[in-house]
Amino acid sequence: MRVNFTVNGRPQEADDVWEGESLLYVLRERMGLPGSKNACEQGECGSCTVRLDGVPVCACLVAAGQAEGRDVVTVEGLADYAKQRAEHGGCGTGACGTPGGTSLQDAQQWQAKPLDSQTGEGGELSPIQQAFIDAGAVQCGFCTPGLLVAADEMLERNPSPSDADIREALSGNLCRCTGYEKIMDAVRLAAARQSETAPSQGA
Amino acid sequence: MDFLRPASWEEALAAKAEHPTAVPIAGGTDVMVEINFDHRRPEYLLDLNRIAELREWETGEETVRLGASVPYTRIMEELRTELPGLALASHTVASPQIRNRGGVGGNLGTASPAGDAHPALLAPGCEVEVESVRGSRLIPIDDFYTGVKRNALAEDELIRAVHIKKADGPQQYSKVGTRNAMVIAVCAFGIALHPETRTVRTGIGSAAPTPIRAKAAEEFLNAALEEGGFWESKKIITPSIAKQFAELASGAANPIDDVRGTANYRRHAVGIMARRTLGWTWESYRGTSRGSTEGVA
Repeated sequence: MRVNFTVNGRPQEADDVWEGESLLYVLRERMGLPGSKNACEQGECGSCTVRLDGVPVCACLVAAGQAEGRDVVTVEGLADYAKQRAEHGGCGTGACGTPGGTSLQDAQQWQAKPLDSQTGEGGELSPIQQAFIDAGAVQCGFCTPGLLVAADEMLERNPSPSDADIREALSGNLCRCTGYEKIMDAVRLAAARQSETAPSQGA
Repeated sequence: MDFLRPASWEEALAAKAEHPTAVPIAGGTDVMVEINFDHRRPEYLLDLNRIAELREWETGEETVRLGASVPYTRIMEELRTELPGLALASHTVASPQIRNRGGVGGNLGTASPAGDAHPALLAPGCEVEVESVRGSRLIPIDDFYTGVKRNALAEDELIRAVHIKKADGPQQYSKVGTRNAMVIAVCAFGIALHPETRTVRTGIGSAAPTPIRAKAAEEFLNAALEEGGFWESKKIITPSIAKQFAELASGAANPIDDVRGTANYRRHAVGIMARRTLGWTWESYRGTSRGSTEGVA
Protein backbone atom coordinates (compact mmCIF):
# COMPACT_ATOMS: atom_id res chain seq x y z
CA MET A 1 0.00 0.00 0.00
CA ARG A 2 0.98 3.63 -0.32
CA VAL A 3 1.36 5.76 2.78
CA ASN A 4 1.53 9.55 2.91
CA PHE A 5 2.58 11.51 5.94
CA THR A 6 4.63 14.51 6.95
CA VAL A 7 8.17 13.86 8.07
CA ASN A 8 10.10 16.69 9.69
CA GLY A 9 7.75 19.26 8.24
CA ARG A 10 7.68 18.02 4.63
CA PRO A 11 5.11 15.75 2.99
CA GLN A 12 6.53 12.34 2.11
CA GLU A 13 5.23 9.25 0.41
CA ALA A 14 6.18 5.61 0.70
CA ASP A 15 5.16 2.92 -1.78
CA ASP A 16 4.88 -0.84 -1.52
CA VAL A 17 4.48 -0.65 2.21
CA TRP A 18 3.48 -4.00 3.69
CA GLU A 19 0.29 -3.70 5.74
CA GLY A 20 1.93 -5.04 8.89
CA GLU A 21 4.95 -2.81 8.57
CA SER A 22 5.90 -0.42 11.34
CA LEU A 23 6.40 3.30 11.01
CA LEU A 24 9.98 2.66 12.11
CA TYR A 25 10.62 0.35 9.16
CA VAL A 26 9.20 2.88 6.73
CA LEU A 27 11.35 5.66 8.16
CA ARG A 28 14.55 3.62 8.15
CA GLU A 29 14.26 1.36 5.17
CA ARG A 30 12.01 3.24 2.77
CA MET A 31 12.83 6.86 3.52
CA GLY A 32 16.50 6.40 4.34
CA LEU A 33 16.25 7.93 7.79
CA PRO A 34 18.19 5.56 10.05
CA GLY A 35 18.39 8.02 12.96
CA SER A 36 15.52 6.34 14.77
CA LYS A 37 17.07 3.11 15.94
CA ASN A 38 15.69 -0.38 15.61
CA ALA A 39 16.44 -2.39 18.71
CA CYS A 40 13.82 -4.26 20.73
CA GLU A 41 10.85 -3.93 18.35
CA GLN A 42 8.52 -4.27 21.32
CA GLY A 43 8.39 -0.84 22.88
CA GLU A 44 10.78 -1.71 25.68
CA CYS A 45 13.82 0.38 24.82
CA GLY A 46 12.64 3.69 23.38
CA SER A 47 15.45 3.80 20.79
CA CYS A 48 12.91 4.40 18.03
CA THR A 49 11.14 7.29 19.79
CA VAL A 50 9.69 9.81 17.34
CA ARG A 51 6.94 12.39 17.68
CA LEU A 52 3.61 11.53 16.11
CA ASP A 53 1.46 14.66 15.94
CA GLY A 54 3.77 16.05 18.59
CA VAL A 55 3.45 13.11 20.98
CA PRO A 56 6.45 10.88 21.74
CA VAL A 57 5.78 7.31 20.67
CA CYS A 58 7.72 4.18 19.84
CA ALA A 59 7.80 4.12 16.04
CA CYS A 60 8.15 0.33 16.14
CA LEU A 61 4.64 0.05 17.60
CA VAL A 62 2.89 2.37 15.17
CA ALA A 63 1.61 0.57 12.09
CA ALA A 64 2.75 2.50 9.02
CA GLY A 65 -0.84 2.86 7.85
CA GLN A 66 -1.73 4.53 11.13
CA ALA A 67 0.65 7.38 10.27
CA GLU A 68 -1.33 8.22 7.13
CA GLY A 69 -1.93 11.95 6.97
CA ARG A 70 -0.14 12.58 10.25
CA ASP A 71 2.92 14.48 11.30
CA VAL A 72 6.16 12.74 12.28
CA VAL A 73 9.31 14.32 13.67
CA THR A 74 12.47 12.22 13.81
CA VAL A 75 15.85 12.95 15.32
CA GLU A 76 17.08 14.05 11.89
CA GLY A 77 14.62 16.93 12.01
CA LEU A 78 15.11 17.74 15.66
CA ALA A 79 17.52 20.65 15.17
CA ASP A 80 15.20 22.29 12.69
CA TYR A 81 12.20 21.52 14.85
CA ALA A 82 13.82 23.14 17.88
CA LYS A 83 14.81 26.15 15.80
CA GLN A 84 11.26 26.60 14.52
CA ARG A 85 9.97 26.29 18.04
CA ALA A 86 12.37 28.93 19.31
CA GLU A 87 11.47 31.28 16.48
CA HIS A 88 7.73 30.75 16.45
CA GLY A 89 7.20 30.21 20.13
CA GLY A 90 6.06 26.82 21.25
CA CYS A 91 5.14 24.92 18.11
CA GLY A 92 7.84 23.42 15.95
CA THR A 93 5.69 20.88 14.20
CA GLY A 94 4.68 21.05 10.60
CA ALA A 95 1.22 20.57 12.07
CA CYS A 96 0.90 24.24 12.93
CA GLY A 97 1.54 25.23 9.37
CA THR A 98 4.99 26.73 9.52
CA PRO A 99 6.71 26.47 6.17
CA GLY A 100 10.15 24.98 5.89
CA GLY A 101 10.95 21.76 7.63
CA THR A 102 13.76 19.44 6.67
CA SER A 103 13.90 17.95 3.19
CA LEU A 104 14.30 14.20 2.96
CA GLN A 105 17.66 14.64 1.30
CA ASP A 106 18.91 16.98 4.00
CA ALA A 107 17.57 14.64 6.65
CA GLN A 108 19.28 11.66 5.02
CA GLN A 109 22.56 13.52 4.92
CA TRP A 110 22.22 14.99 8.38
CA GLN A 111 25.38 14.91 10.45
CA ALA A 112 26.06 16.04 13.95
CA LYS A 113 27.84 19.38 13.70
CA PRO A 114 28.33 20.67 17.20
CA LEU A 115 29.35 24.19 18.01
CA ASP A 116 33.07 24.60 17.61
CA SER A 117 34.36 25.13 21.11
CA GLN A 118 37.07 27.51 19.83
CA THR A 119 35.19 29.64 17.36
CA GLY A 120 31.59 29.05 18.42
CA GLU A 121 30.79 28.29 14.79
CA GLY A 122 28.91 25.45 13.17
CA GLY A 123 26.06 24.63 15.42
CA GLU A 124 23.45 22.78 13.44
CA LEU A 125 22.29 21.02 16.53
CA SER A 126 19.27 21.48 18.71
CA PRO A 127 20.08 22.68 22.23
CA ILE A 128 19.43 19.21 23.63
CA GLN A 129 21.85 17.64 21.13
CA GLN A 130 24.53 20.19 21.98
CA ALA A 131 23.95 19.53 25.68
CA PHE A 132 24.34 15.76 25.20
CA ILE A 133 27.72 16.34 23.57
CA ASP A 134 28.86 18.91 26.10
CA ALA A 135 27.86 16.76 29.06
CA GLY A 136 29.39 13.57 27.65
CA ALA A 137 26.04 11.84 27.55
CA VAL A 138 26.82 10.00 24.32
CA GLN A 139 28.82 6.79 24.55
CA CYS A 140 27.98 4.13 21.99
CA GLY A 141 25.22 6.43 20.78
CA PHE A 142 22.59 3.85 20.00
CA CYS A 143 20.04 5.06 22.53
CA THR A 144 20.86 8.72 21.91
CA PRO A 145 18.32 9.56 19.16
CA GLY A 146 15.40 8.25 21.20
CA LEU A 147 16.61 10.00 24.32
CA LEU A 148 17.04 13.27 22.42
CA VAL A 149 13.50 13.19 21.09
CA ALA A 150 12.05 12.25 24.48
CA ALA A 151 14.14 14.81 26.39
CA ASP A 152 13.40 17.59 23.90
CA GLU A 153 9.68 16.96 24.22
CA MET A 154 9.87 17.04 28.01
CA LEU A 155 11.74 20.36 27.97
CA GLU A 156 9.08 21.77 25.66
CA ARG A 157 6.36 20.82 28.14
CA ASN A 158 8.31 21.38 31.31
CA PRO A 159 11.09 23.95 31.01
CA SER A 160 12.28 23.54 34.61
CA PRO A 161 12.10 19.83 35.32
CA SER A 162 13.05 18.30 38.65
CA ASP A 163 15.33 15.27 38.62
CA ALA A 164 12.27 13.13 39.21
CA ASP A 165 10.55 14.71 36.20
CA ILE A 166 13.57 13.93 34.02
CA ARG A 167 13.77 10.34 35.22
CA GLU A 168 10.07 9.83 34.62
CA ALA A 169 10.16 11.40 31.14
CA LEU A 170 13.10 9.24 30.14
CA SER A 171 11.91 6.07 31.86
CA GLY A 172 10.98 4.51 28.52
CA ASN A 173 14.48 4.92 27.09
CA LEU A 174 17.14 2.38 27.93
CA CYS A 175 20.86 3.18 27.89
CA ARG A 176 23.31 0.40 28.63
CA CYS A 177 26.51 2.50 28.56
CA THR A 178 26.25 5.62 30.62
CA GLY A 179 24.48 4.66 33.81
CA TYR A 180 22.24 7.63 33.00
CA GLU A 181 24.14 10.16 35.15
CA LYS A 182 25.63 12.01 32.19
CA ILE A 183 22.27 11.95 30.48
CA MET A 184 20.72 13.55 33.56
CA ASP A 185 23.52 16.14 33.45
CA ALA A 186 22.81 16.84 29.79
CA VAL A 187 19.11 17.42 30.32
CA ARG A 188 19.78 19.66 33.33
CA LEU A 189 22.28 21.58 31.20
CA ALA A 190 19.82 22.01 28.34
CA ALA A 191 17.14 23.16 30.78
CA ALA A 192 19.50 25.68 32.35
CA ARG A 193 20.58 27.03 28.95
CA GLN A 194 16.97 27.20 27.84
CA SER A 195 16.01 29.29 30.85
CA GLU A 196 18.98 31.60 30.22
CA THR A 197 18.08 32.27 26.60
CA ALA A 198 14.35 32.52 27.05
CA PRO A 199 13.67 33.65 30.61
CA SER A 200 10.23 34.96 29.80
CA GLN A 201 9.02 31.79 28.12
CA GLY A 202 7.54 28.72 29.61
CA ALA A 203 5.62 28.07 32.77
CA MET B 1 -2.78 -8.74 4.89
CA ASP B 2 -5.22 -5.91 4.36
CA PHE B 3 -5.18 -2.64 6.23
CA LEU B 4 -8.69 -1.34 6.90
CA ARG B 5 -9.01 2.31 7.83
CA PRO B 6 -12.59 3.12 8.77
CA ALA B 7 -13.23 6.85 9.11
CA SER B 8 -16.14 6.43 11.50
CA TRP B 9 -17.39 4.05 14.18
CA GLU B 10 -20.19 2.86 11.88
CA GLU B 11 -17.66 2.04 9.19
CA ALA B 12 -15.56 0.17 11.73
CA LEU B 13 -18.53 -1.94 12.81
CA ALA B 14 -19.38 -2.69 9.18
CA ALA B 15 -15.78 -3.71 8.50
CA LYS B 16 -15.68 -5.97 11.56
CA ALA B 17 -18.98 -7.57 10.51
CA GLU B 18 -17.65 -8.18 7.03
CA HIS B 19 -14.26 -9.43 8.27
CA PRO B 20 -14.74 -11.04 11.69
CA THR B 21 -11.08 -12.14 11.74
CA ALA B 22 -9.92 -8.53 11.48
CA VAL B 23 -7.67 -7.58 14.39
CA PRO B 24 -8.48 -4.13 15.79
CA ILE B 25 -5.43 -1.93 16.28
CA ALA B 26 -5.53 1.31 18.24
CA GLY B 27 -2.39 2.11 20.27
CA GLY B 28 -0.71 -0.91 18.71
CA THR B 29 1.33 -1.60 21.82
CA ASP B 30 0.21 -5.24 21.94
CA VAL B 31 -0.69 -5.95 18.32
CA MET B 32 2.47 -4.54 16.75
CA VAL B 33 4.70 -6.55 19.10
CA GLU B 34 3.00 -9.72 17.91
CA ILE B 35 3.36 -8.71 14.26
CA ASN B 36 6.99 -7.57 14.64
CA PHE B 37 7.88 -10.93 16.16
CA ASP B 38 5.90 -12.91 13.64
CA HIS B 39 3.65 -14.34 16.33
CA ARG B 40 0.62 -13.17 14.46
CA ARG B 41 -0.24 -12.58 10.82
CA PRO B 42 -3.82 -11.35 10.81
CA GLU B 43 -5.65 -11.33 7.52
CA TYR B 44 -6.93 -7.84 8.26
CA LEU B 45 -5.76 -5.05 10.51
CA LEU B 46 -8.59 -2.74 11.52
CA ASP B 47 -7.13 0.66 12.36
CA LEU B 48 -9.22 2.57 14.90
CA ASN B 49 -7.02 5.67 15.08
CA ARG B 50 -9.19 7.75 12.79
CA ILE B 51 -12.22 7.41 15.06
CA ALA B 52 -11.88 10.47 17.26
CA GLU B 53 -14.76 9.60 19.60
CA LEU B 54 -12.81 6.60 20.91
CA ARG B 55 -10.31 9.06 22.41
CA GLU B 56 -13.00 11.06 24.24
CA TRP B 57 -14.66 10.67 27.62
CA GLU B 58 -17.79 12.01 29.27
CA THR B 59 -18.25 12.49 32.97
CA GLY B 60 -21.84 11.82 34.00
CA GLU B 61 -23.67 11.80 37.32
CA GLU B 62 -22.46 8.42 38.45
CA THR B 63 -20.10 7.13 35.83
CA VAL B 64 -17.34 8.15 33.48
CA ARG B 65 -17.85 6.87 29.96
CA LEU B 66 -14.26 6.38 28.97
CA GLY B 67 -13.56 5.90 25.26
CA ALA B 68 -11.66 2.71 24.49
CA SER B 69 -8.65 4.58 23.06
CA VAL B 70 -8.25 7.36 25.63
CA PRO B 71 -4.50 7.14 26.23
CA TYR B 72 -3.30 6.21 29.70
CA THR B 73 -1.47 9.55 29.80
CA ARG B 74 -4.78 11.41 29.63
CA ILE B 75 -6.35 9.17 32.29
CA MET B 76 -3.54 9.76 34.75
CA GLU B 77 -3.43 13.50 34.07
CA GLU B 78 -7.10 14.35 33.73
CA LEU B 79 -9.22 11.75 35.50
CA ARG B 80 -7.47 11.48 38.87
CA THR B 81 -10.47 12.78 40.78
CA GLU B 82 -13.14 10.66 39.12
CA LEU B 83 -11.07 7.53 38.61
CA PRO B 84 -8.23 7.62 41.16
CA GLY B 85 -7.54 3.88 41.08
CA LEU B 86 -7.38 3.73 37.32
CA ALA B 87 -5.23 6.87 37.24
CA LEU B 88 -2.74 5.18 39.57
CA ALA B 89 -2.82 2.00 37.51
CA SER B 90 -2.33 4.01 34.31
CA HIS B 91 0.78 5.57 35.76
CA THR B 92 2.34 2.11 36.18
CA VAL B 93 1.82 1.19 32.52
CA ALA B 94 5.18 0.72 30.79
CA SER B 95 6.65 4.11 29.81
CA PRO B 96 5.53 7.56 28.65
CA GLN B 97 5.77 6.48 25.01
CA ILE B 98 3.50 3.49 25.63
CA ARG B 99 1.09 5.47 27.82
CA ASN B 100 0.77 8.00 25.01
CA ARG B 101 -0.61 5.28 22.72
CA GLY B 102 -2.25 2.60 24.81
CA GLY B 103 -5.72 2.72 26.32
CA VAL B 104 -8.11 0.63 28.36
CA GLY B 105 -9.77 -0.83 25.26
CA GLY B 106 -6.51 -2.57 24.39
CA ASN B 107 -6.12 -4.06 27.85
CA LEU B 108 -9.69 -5.36 27.66
CA GLY B 109 -9.33 -6.64 24.11
CA THR B 110 -6.11 -8.47 24.89
CA ALA B 111 -7.55 -9.62 28.24
CA SER B 112 -4.17 -10.66 29.53
CA PRO B 113 -4.32 -11.42 33.26
CA ALA B 114 -1.32 -9.06 33.55
CA GLY B 115 -3.03 -6.03 31.99
CA ASP B 116 -2.42 -3.16 34.40
CA ALA B 117 -5.89 -1.64 34.10
CA HIS B 118 -7.90 -4.71 35.10
CA PRO B 119 -7.66 -4.55 38.92
CA ALA B 120 -8.53 -0.84 38.71
CA LEU B 121 -11.59 -1.63 36.60
CA LEU B 122 -12.79 -4.47 38.83
CA ALA B 123 -12.48 -2.50 42.07
CA PRO B 124 -14.70 0.49 41.25
CA GLY B 125 -16.99 -1.67 39.13
CA CYS B 126 -17.71 -0.95 35.49
CA GLU B 127 -19.48 -2.06 32.36
CA VAL B 128 -17.84 -2.56 29.02
CA GLU B 129 -19.79 -1.05 26.12
CA VAL B 130 -19.38 -3.26 23.08
CA GLU B 131 -21.08 -2.90 19.76
CA SER B 132 -21.59 -4.67 16.46
CA VAL B 133 -23.84 -4.03 13.50
CA ARG B 134 -26.36 -6.13 15.43
CA GLY B 135 -26.50 -3.62 18.24
CA SER B 136 -24.87 -2.42 21.41
CA ARG B 137 -24.65 -4.07 24.82
CA LEU B 138 -23.07 -3.44 28.20
CA ILE B 139 -21.06 -6.30 29.68
CA PRO B 140 -20.52 -6.14 33.45
CA ILE B 141 -16.80 -6.33 34.15
CA ASP B 142 -17.36 -9.38 36.37
CA ASP B 143 -18.59 -11.27 33.29
CA PHE B 144 -16.05 -9.88 30.85
CA TYR B 145 -12.97 -12.04 31.41
CA THR B 146 -13.69 -15.59 30.33
CA GLY B 147 -10.26 -17.24 30.23
CA VAL B 148 -6.56 -16.64 29.68
CA LYS B 149 -6.52 -13.87 27.09
CA ARG B 150 -10.19 -14.48 26.40
CA ASN B 151 -13.12 -12.16 26.84
CA ALA B 152 -16.86 -12.08 26.30
CA LEU B 153 -16.72 -10.29 22.94
CA ALA B 154 -18.49 -11.86 19.99
CA GLU B 155 -16.38 -12.03 16.85
CA ASP B 156 -18.16 -9.13 15.18
CA GLU B 157 -18.06 -6.85 18.22
CA LEU B 158 -15.73 -3.96 19.02
CA ILE B 159 -15.10 -2.29 22.37
CA ARG B 160 -16.37 1.26 22.26
CA ALA B 161 -16.10 2.53 25.83
CA VAL B 162 -16.05 1.58 29.48
CA HIS B 163 -18.61 2.97 31.90
CA ILE B 164 -16.72 3.22 35.17
CA LYS B 165 -18.32 4.21 38.45
CA LYS B 166 -16.97 7.52 39.68
CA ALA B 167 -15.10 7.21 42.94
CA ASP B 168 -17.30 7.72 45.99
CA GLY B 169 -14.40 7.02 48.31
CA PRO B 170 -10.66 6.40 48.39
CA GLN B 171 -9.10 3.99 45.90
CA GLN B 172 -5.65 2.50 45.68
CA TYR B 173 -3.59 0.41 43.33
CA SER B 174 -0.42 -1.52 43.96
CA LYS B 175 1.80 -3.44 41.57
CA VAL B 176 4.81 -5.65 42.17
CA GLY B 177 7.60 -5.56 39.63
CA THR B 178 11.36 -5.48 39.46
CA ARG B 179 11.38 -1.74 38.85
CA ASN B 180 9.01 1.16 38.34
CA ALA B 181 8.99 1.55 34.57
CA MET B 182 8.70 -0.91 31.71
CA VAL B 183 7.61 -3.83 33.77
CA ILE B 184 4.93 -6.46 33.40
CA ALA B 185 3.27 -6.95 36.76
CA VAL B 186 4.42 -9.91 38.82
CA CYS B 187 1.07 -9.31 40.44
CA ALA B 188 -1.15 -6.33 41.16
CA PHE B 189 -3.96 -5.33 43.49
CA GLY B 190 -6.67 -2.70 43.28
CA ILE B 191 -9.06 -1.63 46.01
CA ALA B 192 -11.97 0.79 46.15
CA LEU B 193 -13.89 1.88 49.23
CA HIS B 194 -17.52 2.65 48.52
CA PRO B 195 -18.78 4.55 51.58
CA GLU B 196 -22.15 5.18 49.93
CA THR B 197 -22.97 1.48 49.82
CA ARG B 198 -20.63 0.62 52.69
CA THR B 199 -18.81 -1.90 50.59
CA VAL B 200 -15.24 -2.56 49.58
CA ARG B 201 -14.38 -4.01 46.19
CA THR B 202 -11.08 -5.43 44.99
CA GLY B 203 -9.27 -6.54 41.87
CA ILE B 204 -6.31 -8.87 41.50
CA GLY B 205 -4.02 -8.94 38.45
CA SER B 206 -1.45 -11.50 37.27
CA ALA B 207 -2.34 -14.02 39.93
CA ALA B 208 -4.98 -16.17 38.26
CA PRO B 209 -5.91 -17.19 34.69
CA THR B 210 -7.99 -14.01 34.46
CA PRO B 211 -8.18 -10.78 36.43
CA ILE B 212 -10.38 -11.56 39.44
CA ARG B 213 -11.97 -10.05 42.49
CA ALA B 214 -11.13 -11.34 45.95
CA LYS B 215 -14.78 -11.96 46.70
CA ALA B 216 -14.42 -13.90 49.94
CA ALA B 217 -12.11 -11.19 51.26
CA GLU B 218 -14.62 -8.50 50.26
CA GLU B 219 -17.52 -10.32 51.93
CA PHE B 220 -15.57 -10.85 55.11
CA LEU B 221 -14.44 -7.22 55.23
CA ASN B 222 -17.87 -5.81 54.42
CA ALA B 223 -19.41 -7.84 57.25
CA ALA B 224 -16.63 -6.99 59.71
CA LEU B 225 -16.81 -3.26 58.97
CA GLU B 226 -20.59 -3.28 59.29
CA GLU B 227 -20.60 -5.30 62.49
CA GLY B 228 -17.98 -3.14 64.14
CA GLY B 229 -19.63 0.10 63.04
CA PHE B 230 -16.40 1.16 61.36
CA TRP B 231 -18.02 3.18 58.59
CA GLU B 232 -19.64 5.53 61.14
CA SER B 233 -16.94 5.60 63.77
CA LYS B 234 -14.08 5.78 61.25
CA LYS B 235 -11.93 4.08 63.82
CA ILE B 236 -8.77 2.24 62.91
CA ILE B 237 -9.38 -1.18 61.41
CA THR B 238 -8.14 -3.75 63.89
CA PRO B 239 -5.05 -5.70 62.84
CA SER B 240 -6.92 -8.99 63.08
CA ILE B 241 -9.50 -7.83 60.52
CA ALA B 242 -6.78 -6.55 58.19
CA LYS B 243 -4.89 -9.80 58.58
CA GLN B 244 -7.93 -11.93 57.82
CA PHE B 245 -8.72 -9.74 54.79
CA ALA B 246 -5.16 -10.21 53.53
CA GLU B 247 -5.27 -13.97 54.00
CA LEU B 248 -8.56 -14.27 52.15
CA ALA B 249 -7.25 -12.07 49.31
CA SER B 250 -4.18 -14.26 49.11
CA GLY B 251 -6.44 -17.30 49.03
CA ALA B 252 -8.40 -15.90 46.11
CA ALA B 253 -5.27 -15.93 43.98
CA ASN B 254 -4.71 -18.93 41.76
CA PRO B 255 -1.30 -18.13 40.32
CA ILE B 256 1.31 -20.06 38.36
CA ASP B 257 5.09 -20.22 38.47
CA ASP B 258 6.64 -18.32 35.58
CA VAL B 259 9.70 -16.24 34.73
CA ARG B 260 8.37 -13.24 36.61
CA GLY B 261 7.68 -14.99 39.89
CA THR B 262 6.58 -18.14 41.64
CA ALA B 263 3.03 -18.96 42.56
CA ASN B 264 3.96 -18.89 46.24
CA TYR B 265 5.52 -15.46 45.95
CA ARG B 266 2.47 -14.12 44.14
CA ARG B 267 0.09 -15.46 46.76
CA HIS B 268 2.20 -13.90 49.47
CA ALA B 269 2.51 -10.56 47.66
CA VAL B 270 -1.23 -10.34 46.96
CA GLY B 271 -1.87 -10.65 50.70
CA ILE B 272 0.68 -7.95 51.51
CA MET B 273 -0.73 -5.59 48.88
CA ALA B 274 -4.27 -6.24 50.10
CA ARG B 275 -3.36 -5.33 53.68
CA ARG B 276 -1.35 -2.26 52.68
CA THR B 277 -3.84 -0.83 50.21
CA LEU B 278 -6.65 -1.38 52.72
CA GLY B 279 -4.59 0.56 55.25
CA TRP B 280 -3.90 3.42 52.83
CA THR B 281 -7.49 3.77 51.69
CA TRP B 282 -8.90 3.45 55.19
CA GLU B 283 -6.52 6.12 56.53
CA SER B 284 -7.66 8.32 53.70
CA TYR B 285 -11.32 7.60 54.51
CA ARG B 286 -10.66 8.54 58.12
CA GLY B 287 -9.22 11.77 56.78
CA THR B 288 -6.06 11.40 58.75
CA SER B 289 -3.46 11.10 56.05
CA ARG B 290 -2.72 11.25 52.40
CA GLY B 291 -5.48 11.70 49.88
CA SER B 292 -6.94 8.89 47.90
CA THR B 293 -4.98 9.61 44.79
CA GLU B 294 -1.55 10.00 46.29
CA GLY B 295 1.41 7.80 46.76
CA VAL B 296 2.00 4.22 45.86
CA ALA B 297 4.76 2.63 47.84
